[in-house]
Amino acid sequence: MNRYELLNPVYTKKVKKVIKENYRVKTIEIDHYIDALPGQFLMVWVPGVGERPMSIGNSAPLTISVANVGKVSSKICGLKEGDDISYRGPFGKPFLLPKTVRKVLCVGGGYGVVPMYFLAKTAKENRIEAYAVVGAKTAKDIIWEKQLFMVCKEVFVTTDDGSRGKKGTVMAEAEELIGKMDYVCCCGPEKMMEAVAKLCREKKVPCLVSIERYMKCGVGICGSCDINGKLCCLDGPVFSGEDALSLSEFGKCSRDATGRKTR
Amino acid sequence: MPETAFFGKRIKNPIILASGILGMTKAGLERTCENGCGAVTTKSLTPEPRKGHEGPNIVETESGILNAMGYPNPGIDDGLKEFGGWKREEALIISIAGKDEKEFAGLAKKVDAEKNLGATAVEAVLSCPHTPGYGTMVGQGTPESVGRITAAIKENTKLPLIIKLSPSVPGEIKAAQAAEEGGADAINMGNSLGPGMRIDIHRKKPVLGFAMGGLSGPPIKPIAVRCVYDIYENVKIPIIGTGGINAGVDAIEMMMAGAQWVGVGTAVYYRGADVFGRIAREMEAWMELNGYSKLKEITGAAHE
Repeated sequence: MNRYELLNPVYTKKVKKVIKENYRVKTIEIDHYIDALPGQFLMVWVPGVGERPMSIGNSAPLTISVANVGKVSSKICGLKEGDDISYRGPFGKPFLLPKTVRKVLCVGGGYGVVPMYFLAKTAKENRIEAYAVVGAKTAKDIIWEKQLFMVCKEVFVTTDDGSRGKKGTVMAEAEELIGKMDYVCCCGPEKMMEAVAKLCREKKVPCLVSIERYMKCGVGICGSCDINGKLCCLDGPVFSGEDALSLSEFGKCSRDATGRKTR
Repeated sequence: MPETAFFGKRIKNPIILASGILGMTKAGLERTCENGCGAVTTKSLTPEPRKGHEGPNIVETESGILNAMGYPNPGIDDGLKEFGGWKREEALIISIAGKDEKEFAGLAKKVDAEKNLGATAVEAVLSCPHTPGYGTMVGQGTPESVGRITAAIKENTKLPLIIKLSPSVPGEIKAAQAAEEGGADAINMGNSLGPGMRIDIHRKKPVLGFAMGGLSGPPIKPIAVRCVYDIYENVKIPIIGTGGINAGVDAIEMMMAGAQWVGVGTAVYYRGADVFGRIAREMEAWMELNGYSKLKEITGAAHE
Protein backbone atom coordinates (compact mmCIF):
# COMPACT_ATOMS: atom_id res chain seq x y z
CA MET A 1 0.00 0.00 0.00
CA ASN A 2 1.20 3.50 -0.76
CA ARG A 3 1.70 5.96 2.03
CA TYR A 4 -0.88 8.73 2.07
CA GLU A 5 0.32 12.04 0.81
CA LEU A 6 0.24 14.79 3.42
CA LEU A 7 -1.26 18.19 2.71
CA ASN A 8 1.40 19.89 4.83
CA PRO A 9 4.50 17.81 5.40
CA VAL A 10 7.34 18.97 7.61
CA TYR A 11 10.41 19.48 5.44
CA THR A 12 13.95 19.11 6.72
CA LYS A 13 16.61 20.55 4.40
CA LYS A 14 20.17 21.87 4.61
CA VAL A 15 21.17 25.46 5.22
CA LYS A 16 23.03 26.53 2.09
CA LYS A 17 24.28 29.93 3.13
CA VAL A 18 24.05 32.29 6.12
CA ILE A 19 24.41 36.01 5.48
CA LYS A 20 24.82 38.50 8.31
CA GLU A 21 22.61 41.48 7.43
CA ASN A 22 23.27 43.64 10.47
CA TYR A 23 23.81 43.50 14.23
CA ARG A 24 20.85 41.19 14.75
CA VAL A 25 19.43 39.99 11.44
CA LYS A 26 20.64 36.97 9.51
CA THR A 27 19.46 35.77 6.12
CA ILE A 28 19.34 32.04 5.62
CA GLU A 29 19.33 30.42 2.21
CA ILE A 30 18.00 26.87 2.20
CA ASP A 31 18.89 24.11 -0.22
CA HIS A 32 15.29 23.68 -1.32
CA TYR A 33 12.89 24.98 -3.91
CA ILE A 34 9.21 25.26 -3.04
CA ASP A 35 6.43 26.75 -5.07
CA ALA A 36 6.03 29.85 -2.91
CA LEU A 37 4.74 33.30 -3.81
CA PRO A 38 5.67 36.72 -2.35
CA GLY A 39 3.81 37.39 0.90
CA GLN A 40 3.52 33.74 1.91
CA PHE A 41 5.19 32.38 5.01
CA LEU A 42 6.77 29.27 6.48
CA MET A 43 6.33 27.83 9.97
CA VAL A 44 9.96 27.25 10.93
CA TRP A 45 10.51 24.57 13.56
CA VAL A 46 13.43 24.33 15.95
CA PRO A 47 13.13 20.88 17.55
CA GLY A 48 12.73 21.06 21.30
CA VAL A 49 12.43 24.86 21.25
CA GLY A 50 9.43 25.99 19.23
CA GLU A 51 8.00 27.12 15.93
CA ARG A 52 7.57 30.60 14.44
CA PRO A 53 6.01 32.01 11.26
CA MET A 54 8.67 33.49 8.96
CA SER A 55 8.13 35.55 5.85
CA ILE A 56 9.59 34.08 2.67
CA GLY A 57 12.22 36.32 1.05
CA ASN A 58 12.82 34.23 -2.05
CA SER A 59 11.67 30.89 -3.42
CA ALA A 60 14.75 29.84 -5.40
CA PRO A 61 16.71 29.36 -3.25
CA LEU A 62 14.20 29.32 -0.45
CA THR A 63 15.22 32.21 1.79
CA ILE A 64 14.19 33.66 5.13
CA SER A 65 15.54 36.56 7.16
CA VAL A 66 15.51 36.26 10.91
CA ALA A 67 15.98 38.87 13.64
CA ASN A 68 17.52 37.50 16.80
CA VAL A 69 14.82 38.60 19.22
CA GLY A 70 13.65 35.47 21.08
CA LYS A 71 14.37 31.90 22.02
CA VAL A 72 13.30 30.38 18.68
CA SER A 73 14.77 33.09 16.45
CA SER A 74 18.10 33.03 18.32
CA LYS A 75 18.42 29.32 17.52
CA ILE A 76 17.61 29.95 13.86
CA CYS A 77 20.15 32.78 13.79
CA GLY A 78 22.72 30.36 15.21
CA LEU A 79 22.41 27.96 12.25
CA LYS A 80 25.52 27.38 10.14
CA GLU A 81 26.02 26.23 6.57
CA GLY A 82 25.18 22.52 6.28
CA ASP A 83 22.94 22.45 9.37
CA ASP A 84 19.43 21.02 9.19
CA ILE A 85 16.47 23.41 9.08
CA SER A 86 12.85 22.24 9.36
CA TYR A 87 9.64 23.96 8.32
CA ARG A 88 6.17 23.51 6.91
CA GLY A 89 4.52 25.69 4.31
CA PRO A 90 4.23 27.80 2.26
CA PHE A 91 1.07 29.18 3.85
CA GLY A 92 -1.20 32.18 3.39
CA LYS A 93 -2.50 34.41 0.62
CA PRO A 94 0.27 36.05 -1.42
CA PHE A 95 0.68 39.50 -2.96
CA LEU A 96 -0.93 39.01 -6.37
CA LEU A 97 -0.85 41.77 -8.96
CA PRO A 98 -3.38 42.05 -11.80
CA LYS A 99 -1.89 41.49 -15.27
CA THR A 100 -2.49 45.13 -16.23
CA VAL A 101 -0.08 46.53 -13.62
CA ARG A 102 3.00 48.23 -15.09
CA LYS A 103 4.41 50.07 -12.08
CA VAL A 104 4.31 48.78 -8.53
CA LEU A 105 5.54 50.49 -5.39
CA CYS A 106 6.89 48.14 -2.72
CA VAL A 107 6.93 49.76 0.71
CA GLY A 108 8.81 47.88 3.40
CA GLY A 109 9.25 48.98 6.99
CA GLY A 110 11.79 47.17 9.17
CA TYR A 111 11.73 43.42 8.48
CA GLY A 112 8.80 44.02 6.13
CA VAL A 113 11.44 44.59 3.46
CA VAL A 114 11.95 40.82 3.12
CA PRO A 115 8.71 39.92 1.28
CA MET A 116 8.98 43.23 -0.61
CA TYR A 117 12.21 42.01 -2.20
CA PHE A 118 10.52 38.75 -3.24
CA LEU A 119 7.63 40.75 -4.66
CA ALA A 120 9.87 43.19 -6.57
CA LYS A 121 11.89 40.29 -7.97
CA THR A 122 8.74 38.51 -9.12
CA ALA A 123 7.42 41.78 -10.58
CA LYS A 124 10.63 42.25 -12.55
CA GLU A 125 10.39 38.71 -13.91
CA ASN A 126 6.91 39.64 -15.14
CA ARG A 127 8.15 42.88 -16.77
CA ILE A 128 6.53 45.07 -14.14
CA GLU A 129 8.60 48.07 -13.00
CA ALA A 130 9.15 47.87 -9.26
CA TYR A 131 10.02 50.85 -7.06
CA ALA A 132 10.88 50.39 -3.40
CA VAL A 133 10.73 52.50 -0.28
CA VAL A 134 12.71 51.05 2.59
CA GLY A 135 12.11 52.40 6.06
CA ALA A 136 14.13 51.67 9.20
CA LYS A 137 14.86 53.12 12.63
CA THR A 138 18.49 53.96 11.88
CA ALA A 139 21.03 53.31 9.13
CA LYS A 140 22.22 50.12 10.80
CA ASP A 141 18.69 48.65 10.81
CA ILE A 142 18.33 48.75 7.02
CA ILE A 143 18.36 45.28 5.49
CA TRP A 144 18.06 43.85 1.97
CA GLU A 145 18.81 47.22 0.37
CA LYS A 146 21.44 45.81 -2.00
CA GLN A 147 19.16 42.98 -3.08
CA LEU A 148 16.39 45.49 -3.82
CA PHE A 149 18.74 47.52 -6.05
CA MET A 150 19.13 44.42 -8.24
CA VAL A 151 15.41 44.15 -9.01
CA CYS A 152 14.00 47.67 -8.62
CA LYS A 153 13.99 50.64 -10.93
CA GLU A 154 14.66 52.90 -7.94
CA VAL A 155 15.10 52.38 -4.20
CA PHE A 156 14.31 55.12 -1.68
CA VAL A 157 15.48 54.97 1.91
CA THR A 158 14.06 56.64 5.00
CA THR A 159 15.23 56.43 8.62
CA ASP A 160 13.54 57.69 11.77
CA ASP A 161 16.71 59.52 12.86
CA GLY A 162 17.86 60.63 9.41
CA SER A 163 21.09 58.59 9.63
CA ARG A 164 20.41 57.35 6.06
CA GLY A 165 18.13 58.66 3.35
CA LYS A 166 15.29 60.99 4.16
CA LYS A 167 14.48 61.56 7.82
CA GLY A 168 11.06 60.32 8.83
CA THR A 169 8.79 57.38 8.15
CA VAL A 170 8.39 55.70 4.75
CA MET A 171 5.67 58.27 4.09
CA ALA A 172 8.41 60.88 3.61
CA GLU A 173 9.12 59.18 0.26
CA ALA A 174 5.94 57.19 -0.40
CA GLU A 175 3.66 60.22 -0.28
CA GLU A 176 4.92 61.56 -3.60
CA LEU A 177 5.39 58.19 -5.26
CA ILE A 178 2.01 56.59 -4.62
CA GLY A 179 0.16 58.81 -7.09
CA LYS A 180 2.52 57.76 -9.88
CA MET A 181 1.93 54.02 -9.42
CA ASP A 182 -0.70 51.51 -10.63
CA TYR A 183 -0.36 49.42 -7.49
CA VAL A 184 1.13 49.65 -4.01
CA CYS A 185 2.21 46.74 -1.80
CA CYS A 186 3.21 47.25 1.77
CA CYS A 187 4.63 45.25 4.66
CA GLY A 188 5.78 46.65 7.98
CA PRO A 189 4.49 48.16 11.21
CA GLU A 190 0.70 48.35 11.22
CA LYS A 191 0.50 52.11 11.75
CA MET A 192 2.69 52.56 8.70
CA MET A 193 0.53 50.22 6.59
CA GLU A 194 -2.59 52.02 7.78
CA ALA A 195 -1.13 55.36 6.66
CA VAL A 196 -0.14 53.90 3.28
CA ALA A 197 -3.56 52.26 2.78
CA LYS A 198 -5.32 55.53 3.62
CA LEU A 199 -3.20 57.52 1.21
CA CYS A 200 -3.79 54.92 -1.51
CA ARG A 201 -7.53 55.20 -0.92
CA GLU A 202 -7.27 58.98 -1.24
CA LYS A 203 -5.23 58.74 -4.47
CA LYS A 204 -7.39 55.87 -5.78
CA VAL A 205 -4.43 53.54 -6.18
CA PRO A 206 -5.18 49.91 -5.26
CA CYS A 207 -3.02 48.55 -2.50
CA LEU A 208 -2.20 45.35 -0.62
CA VAL A 209 -0.89 45.10 2.94
CA SER A 210 0.47 42.18 4.97
CA ILE A 211 -0.97 41.88 8.48
CA GLU A 212 0.84 40.06 11.26
CA ARG A 213 -0.85 38.47 14.25
CA TYR A 214 0.21 35.98 16.92
CA MET A 215 -0.01 32.63 15.18
CA LYS A 216 -0.18 29.05 16.44
CA CYS A 217 -1.30 26.48 13.85
CA GLY A 218 -0.79 28.40 10.59
CA VAL A 219 -3.49 26.42 8.79
CA GLY A 220 -6.84 27.85 9.88
CA ILE A 221 -7.73 25.57 12.78
CA CYS A 222 -6.90 27.28 16.06
CA GLY A 223 -8.18 30.83 15.49
CA SER A 224 -5.27 32.50 17.32
CA CYS A 225 -4.39 34.89 14.46
CA ASP A 226 -7.90 36.37 14.36
CA ILE A 227 -8.41 39.99 13.30
CA ASN A 228 -12.11 40.87 13.42
CA GLY A 229 -13.05 37.28 12.58
CA LYS A 230 -10.58 37.00 9.67
CA LEU A 231 -7.62 34.68 10.02
CA CYS A 232 -4.19 36.02 9.12
CA CYS A 233 -2.95 32.52 8.26
CA LEU A 234 -5.67 31.68 5.72
CA ASP A 235 -7.53 34.86 4.76
CA GLY A 236 -4.25 36.76 4.94
CA PRO A 237 -1.58 37.64 5.70
CA VAL A 238 -2.06 39.76 2.57
CA PHE A 239 -5.27 41.79 2.54
CA SER A 240 -6.39 44.54 0.19
CA GLY A 241 -5.95 47.98 1.71
CA GLU A 242 -9.72 48.46 1.65
CA ASP A 243 -10.35 45.17 3.46
CA ALA A 244 -7.70 46.04 6.03
CA LEU A 245 -9.15 49.51 6.64
CA SER A 246 -12.59 47.92 7.15
CA LEU A 247 -11.21 45.83 10.04
CA SER A 248 -11.67 47.82 13.26
CA GLU A 249 -8.64 46.18 14.89
CA PHE A 250 -6.28 47.07 12.02
CA GLY A 251 -3.74 49.59 13.27
CA LYS A 252 -5.50 49.71 16.63
CA CYS A 253 -5.02 46.51 18.58
CA SER A 254 -3.73 43.00 18.42
CA ARG A 255 -4.06 39.85 20.54
CA ASP A 256 -1.47 37.98 22.54
CA ALA A 257 -1.04 34.20 22.87
CA THR A 258 -3.93 34.02 25.34
CA GLY A 259 -6.29 35.82 22.97
CA ARG A 260 -6.46 38.95 25.12
CA LYS A 261 -6.38 42.30 23.35
CA THR A 262 -3.14 44.23 23.57
CA ARG A 263 -2.21 47.87 22.81
CA MET B 1 -35.16 20.06 6.97
CA PRO B 2 -32.06 19.72 9.16
CA GLU B 3 -33.37 22.33 11.63
CA THR B 4 -33.58 21.12 15.18
CA ALA B 5 -33.91 22.22 18.79
CA PHE B 6 -31.07 22.87 21.18
CA PHE B 7 -32.20 23.36 24.77
CA GLY B 8 -35.29 25.30 23.83
CA LYS B 9 -33.65 27.24 21.02
CA ARG B 10 -34.46 26.51 17.37
CA ILE B 11 -31.24 26.12 15.40
CA LYS B 12 -30.87 25.81 11.64
CA ASN B 13 -28.99 22.50 11.75
CA PRO B 14 -27.42 20.09 14.25
CA ILE B 15 -23.84 21.07 13.35
CA ILE B 16 -21.93 22.43 16.34
CA LEU B 17 -18.49 24.01 16.14
CA ALA B 18 -16.37 21.93 18.54
CA SER B 19 -14.50 23.82 21.24
CA GLY B 20 -10.90 24.75 20.59
CA ILE B 21 -11.44 25.27 16.87
CA LEU B 22 -11.58 28.87 15.58
CA GLY B 23 -13.37 30.14 18.70
CA MET B 24 -10.78 32.58 20.04
CA THR B 25 -12.94 35.66 19.42
CA LYS B 26 -16.60 36.54 19.20
CA ALA B 27 -16.07 37.77 15.63
CA GLY B 28 -14.53 34.40 14.79
CA LEU B 29 -17.58 32.58 16.16
CA GLU B 30 -19.93 34.90 14.29
CA ARG B 31 -18.12 34.15 11.08
CA THR B 32 -18.38 30.42 11.79
CA CYS B 33 -22.14 30.90 12.18
CA GLU B 34 -22.19 32.58 8.79
CA ASN B 35 -20.25 29.58 7.50
CA GLY B 36 -23.19 27.39 8.41
CA CYS B 37 -23.06 26.19 12.03
CA GLY B 38 -26.24 25.71 14.05
CA ALA B 39 -24.34 26.28 17.27
CA VAL B 40 -20.80 27.31 18.21
CA THR B 41 -18.56 26.54 21.17
CA THR B 42 -15.97 28.95 22.58
CA LYS B 43 -12.37 28.12 23.33
CA SER B 44 -12.32 26.41 26.69
CA LEU B 45 -12.04 29.06 29.38
CA THR B 46 -9.86 28.45 32.43
CA PRO B 47 -9.73 30.49 35.67
CA GLU B 48 -6.57 32.33 34.56
CA PRO B 49 -5.38 33.30 31.05
CA ARG B 50 -3.23 30.63 29.37
CA LYS B 51 -0.76 30.96 26.52
CA GLY B 52 -0.96 27.28 25.62
CA HIS B 53 1.87 25.00 24.61
CA GLU B 54 4.95 26.00 22.63
CA GLY B 55 4.70 25.14 18.92
CA PRO B 56 4.42 23.21 16.73
CA ASN B 57 0.84 22.95 17.95
CA ILE B 58 -0.34 20.78 15.12
CA VAL B 59 1.21 18.21 12.87
CA GLU B 60 -0.39 16.28 10.09
CA THR B 61 -0.13 12.48 10.02
CA GLU B 62 -1.08 9.91 7.41
CA SER B 63 -4.25 9.38 9.40
CA GLY B 64 -5.65 12.59 10.81
CA ILE B 65 -3.91 15.45 12.57
CA LEU B 66 -2.31 15.62 15.98
CA ASN B 67 -2.71 18.78 18.01
CA ALA B 68 -1.51 20.02 21.34
CA MET B 69 -2.77 23.55 21.83
CA GLY B 70 -2.68 23.47 25.64
CA TYR B 71 -5.84 25.51 26.25
CA PRO B 72 -4.74 28.95 25.05
CA ASN B 73 -7.50 31.26 26.26
CA PRO B 74 -7.98 34.73 27.75
CA GLY B 75 -9.25 33.34 31.07
CA ILE B 76 -12.85 33.22 32.27
CA ASP B 77 -13.18 36.95 33.09
CA ASP B 78 -11.89 38.37 29.81
CA GLY B 79 -13.40 35.42 27.93
CA LEU B 80 -16.94 36.08 29.09
CA LYS B 81 -16.52 39.75 28.17
CA GLU B 82 -15.24 38.75 24.73
CA PHE B 83 -18.11 36.36 23.94
CA GLY B 84 -20.89 38.08 25.89
CA GLY B 85 -23.86 39.90 24.41
CA TRP B 86 -24.58 37.01 22.05
CA LYS B 87 -27.79 37.74 20.12
CA ARG B 88 -27.61 35.49 17.08
CA GLU B 89 -30.09 32.77 16.14
CA GLU B 90 -27.25 30.22 16.39
CA ALA B 91 -26.69 28.89 19.90
CA LEU B 92 -23.60 29.83 21.89
CA ILE B 93 -21.99 27.23 24.15
CA ILE B 94 -19.46 28.42 26.73
CA SER B 95 -16.75 25.81 27.23
CA ILE B 96 -15.04 25.68 30.62
CA ALA B 97 -11.99 23.73 31.78
CA GLY B 98 -10.96 23.45 35.41
CA LYS B 99 -8.40 21.40 37.31
CA ASP B 100 -10.89 20.01 39.83
CA GLU B 101 -14.52 20.32 40.90
CA LYS B 102 -13.73 23.45 42.90
CA GLU B 103 -12.33 25.23 39.84
CA PHE B 104 -15.22 24.01 37.70
CA ALA B 105 -17.70 25.27 40.29
CA GLY B 106 -16.02 28.68 40.32
CA LEU B 107 -16.06 28.86 36.52
CA ALA B 108 -19.74 27.86 36.38
CA LYS B 109 -20.59 30.51 38.96
CA LYS B 110 -18.91 33.19 36.83
CA VAL B 111 -20.73 32.03 33.69
CA ASP B 112 -24.01 32.16 35.59
CA ALA B 113 -23.34 35.61 37.00
CA GLU B 114 -22.38 37.20 33.67
CA LYS B 115 -25.10 39.62 32.62
CA ASN B 116 -26.35 39.58 29.01
CA LEU B 117 -24.14 36.62 28.13
CA GLY B 118 -26.70 35.17 25.72
CA ALA B 119 -25.31 31.62 25.97
CA THR B 120 -27.62 28.62 25.60
CA ALA B 121 -25.49 26.08 27.43
CA VAL B 122 -22.24 25.54 29.25
CA GLU B 123 -19.91 22.68 28.35
CA ALA B 124 -17.40 21.23 30.79
CA VAL B 125 -14.41 19.55 29.16
CA LEU B 126 -13.15 16.55 31.11
CA SER B 127 -11.35 15.02 28.20
CA CYS B 128 -8.39 17.04 26.89
CA PRO B 129 -5.64 14.45 26.31
CA HIS B 130 -2.63 16.79 26.29
CA THR B 131 -2.74 19.46 28.99
CA PRO B 132 -1.09 18.77 32.36
CA GLY B 133 -3.49 19.34 35.24
CA TYR B 134 -6.58 18.96 33.06
CA GLY B 135 -8.69 16.32 31.36
CA THR B 136 -7.52 12.77 30.91
CA MET B 137 -3.99 13.60 32.08
CA VAL B 138 -5.37 13.86 35.62
CA GLY B 139 -8.10 11.27 35.33
CA GLN B 140 -11.05 13.65 35.04
CA GLY B 141 -12.85 11.08 32.89
CA THR B 142 -13.32 8.42 35.56
CA PRO B 143 -16.95 7.88 36.61
CA GLU B 144 -16.26 9.15 40.18
CA SER B 145 -14.58 12.31 38.93
CA VAL B 146 -17.25 12.94 36.27
CA GLY B 147 -19.99 12.57 38.90
CA ARG B 148 -18.27 14.93 41.34
CA ILE B 149 -17.50 17.61 38.77
CA THR B 150 -20.97 17.44 37.18
CA ALA B 151 -22.69 17.85 40.53
CA ALA B 152 -20.40 20.74 41.51
CA ILE B 153 -21.14 22.61 38.28
CA LYS B 154 -24.90 21.98 38.46
CA GLU B 155 -24.99 23.60 41.89
CA ASN B 156 -23.55 26.76 40.41
CA THR B 157 -25.33 27.35 37.13
CA LYS B 158 -28.85 27.39 35.83
CA LEU B 159 -27.68 26.90 32.24
CA PRO B 160 -28.03 23.46 30.66
CA LEU B 161 -24.81 21.53 31.23
CA ILE B 162 -23.00 19.44 28.63
CA ILE B 163 -20.26 17.09 29.83
CA LYS B 164 -17.57 16.48 27.23
CA LEU B 165 -16.07 13.00 27.56
CA SER B 166 -13.10 11.30 25.98
CA PRO B 167 -13.16 8.38 23.53
CA SER B 168 -9.75 7.35 24.93
CA VAL B 169 -10.76 6.52 28.49
CA PRO B 170 -12.06 3.00 29.13
CA GLY B 171 -15.39 3.02 30.93
CA GLU B 172 -17.00 5.81 28.93
CA ILE B 173 -20.44 4.27 29.50
CA LYS B 174 -20.06 4.47 33.28
CA ALA B 175 -18.70 7.99 32.93
CA ALA B 176 -21.74 9.02 30.88
CA GLN B 177 -24.05 7.44 33.45
CA ALA B 178 -22.22 9.31 36.22
CA ALA B 179 -22.74 12.56 34.31
CA GLU B 180 -26.43 11.80 33.94
CA GLU B 181 -26.80 10.98 37.63
CA GLY B 182 -24.89 14.15 38.52
CA GLY B 183 -27.49 16.16 36.66
CA ALA B 184 -25.88 16.75 33.25
CA ASP B 185 -28.29 17.79 30.51
CA ALA B 186 -26.30 16.30 27.64
CA ILE B 187 -23.16 14.33 26.87
CA ASN B 188 -20.68 15.48 24.28
CA MET B 189 -19.08 12.20 23.32
CA GLY B 190 -15.90 13.11 21.69
CA ASN B 191 -12.60 14.77 21.95
CA SER B 192 -9.35 14.13 20.16
CA LEU B 193 -8.04 10.60 20.69
CA GLY B 194 -4.87 9.55 22.40
CA PRO B 195 -2.54 11.26 23.09
CA GLY B 196 -0.46 10.20 20.13
CA MET B 197 2.96 11.22 18.88
CA ARG B 198 4.70 11.90 15.61
CA ILE B 199 8.47 11.73 15.50
CA ASP B 200 10.37 13.46 12.72
CA ILE B 201 12.84 10.82 11.61
CA HIS B 202 15.28 13.39 10.20
CA ARG B 203 15.42 15.41 13.41
CA LYS B 204 14.87 12.40 15.65
CA LYS B 205 12.46 14.39 17.82
CA PRO B 206 8.71 14.49 18.44
CA VAL B 207 7.31 17.24 16.22
CA LEU B 208 4.74 18.72 18.60
CA GLY B 209 6.05 21.27 21.09
CA PHE B 210 4.35 19.25 23.83
CA ALA B 211 5.71 16.05 22.24
CA MET B 212 2.29 14.39 22.31
CA GLY B 213 -1.15 15.49 21.21
CA GLY B 214 -4.70 14.43 20.47
CA LEU B 215 -5.55 12.74 17.19
CA SER B 216 -8.51 14.13 15.27
CA GLY B 217 -9.99 13.87 11.81
CA PRO B 218 -11.64 11.07 9.79
CA PRO B 219 -9.61 8.19 11.32
CA ILE B 220 -11.19 8.65 14.77
CA LYS B 221 -14.78 8.54 13.50
CA PRO B 222 -15.32 4.78 13.99
CA ILE B 223 -14.28 5.08 17.63
CA ALA B 224 -16.47 8.12 18.24
CA VAL B 225 -19.42 6.41 16.53
CA ARG B 226 -18.99 3.28 18.67
CA CYS B 227 -18.78 5.37 21.88
CA VAL B 228 -21.94 7.28 20.95
CA TYR B 229 -23.69 4.00 20.09
CA ASP B 230 -22.85 2.50 23.48
CA ILE B 231 -23.74 5.62 25.45
CA TYR B 232 -27.08 5.97 23.63
CA GLU B 233 -28.03 2.50 24.90
CA ASN B 234 -27.19 3.44 28.48
CA VAL B 235 -28.27 7.02 29.15
CA LYS B 236 -31.44 9.01 28.49
CA ILE B 237 -29.95 12.50 28.12
CA PRO B 238 -29.18 13.63 24.55
CA ILE B 239 -25.75 13.23 22.98
CA ILE B 240 -23.53 15.45 20.86
CA GLY B 241 -21.42 13.15 18.68
CA THR B 242 -17.98 14.59 18.00
CA GLY B 243 -15.03 13.01 16.22
CA GLY B 244 -14.05 12.69 12.59
CA ILE B 245 -17.15 14.22 11.02
CA ASN B 246 -16.03 15.44 7.62
CA ALA B 247 -19.12 15.17 5.40
CA GLY B 248 -22.90 14.94 5.51
CA VAL B 249 -22.92 11.15 5.50
CA ASP B 250 -20.56 11.11 8.49
CA ALA B 251 -23.02 13.28 10.40
CA ILE B 252 -25.91 10.97 9.42
CA GLU B 253 -23.91 7.96 10.61
CA MET B 254 -23.11 9.65 13.93
CA MET B 255 -26.78 10.51 14.42
CA MET B 256 -27.88 6.96 13.60
CA ALA B 257 -25.49 5.84 16.36
CA GLY B 258 -27.51 8.02 18.72
CA ALA B 259 -26.34 11.62 18.48
CA GLN B 260 -28.90 14.40 18.46
CA TRP B 261 -26.29 16.93 17.33
CA VAL B 262 -22.82 16.56 15.83
CA GLY B 263 -19.60 18.38 16.71
CA VAL B 264 -17.34 19.42 13.84
CA GLY B 265 -13.78 20.71 14.14
CA THR B 266 -10.90 19.24 12.19
CA ALA B 267 -13.01 19.20 9.02
CA VAL B 268 -12.09 22.90 8.59
CA TYR B 269 -8.54 21.71 7.88
CA TYR B 270 -9.60 19.26 5.19
CA ARG B 271 -12.51 21.15 3.61
CA GLY B 272 -12.20 24.81 4.60
CA ALA B 273 -13.89 27.28 6.90
CA ASP B 274 -17.27 26.90 5.18
CA VAL B 275 -17.39 23.14 5.83
CA PHE B 276 -20.24 23.50 8.36
CA GLY B 277 -22.79 24.70 5.84
CA ARG B 278 -21.53 22.17 3.31
CA ILE B 279 -22.07 19.30 5.75
CA ALA B 280 -25.57 20.62 6.54
CA ARG B 281 -26.46 20.81 2.84
CA GLU B 282 -25.06 17.34 2.25
CA MET B 283 -27.21 16.02 5.11
CA GLU B 284 -30.26 17.68 3.64
CA ALA B 285 -29.60 16.22 0.19
CA TRP B 286 -29.08 12.76 1.65
CA MET B 287 -32.28 12.98 3.68
CA GLU B 288 -34.25 14.06 0.64
CA LEU B 289 -32.85 11.26 -1.51
CA ASN B 290 -33.58 8.68 1.14
CA GLY B 291 -37.02 9.85 2.15
CA TYR B 292 -36.30 11.32 5.58
CA SER B 293 -38.04 14.53 6.55
CA LYS B 294 -36.93 14.98 10.18
CA LEU B 295 -33.70 14.47 12.05
CA LYS B 296 -35.72 12.67 14.71
CA GLU B 297 -36.12 9.75 12.31
CA ILE B 298 -32.34 9.48 12.12
CA THR B 299 -31.14 9.85 15.71
CA GLY B 300 -30.66 6.37 17.14
CA ALA B 301 -31.93 4.65 13.96
CA ALA B 302 -29.17 2.07 14.24
CA HIS B 303 -30.70 0.81 17.47
CA GLU B 304 -34.15 0.01 16.14
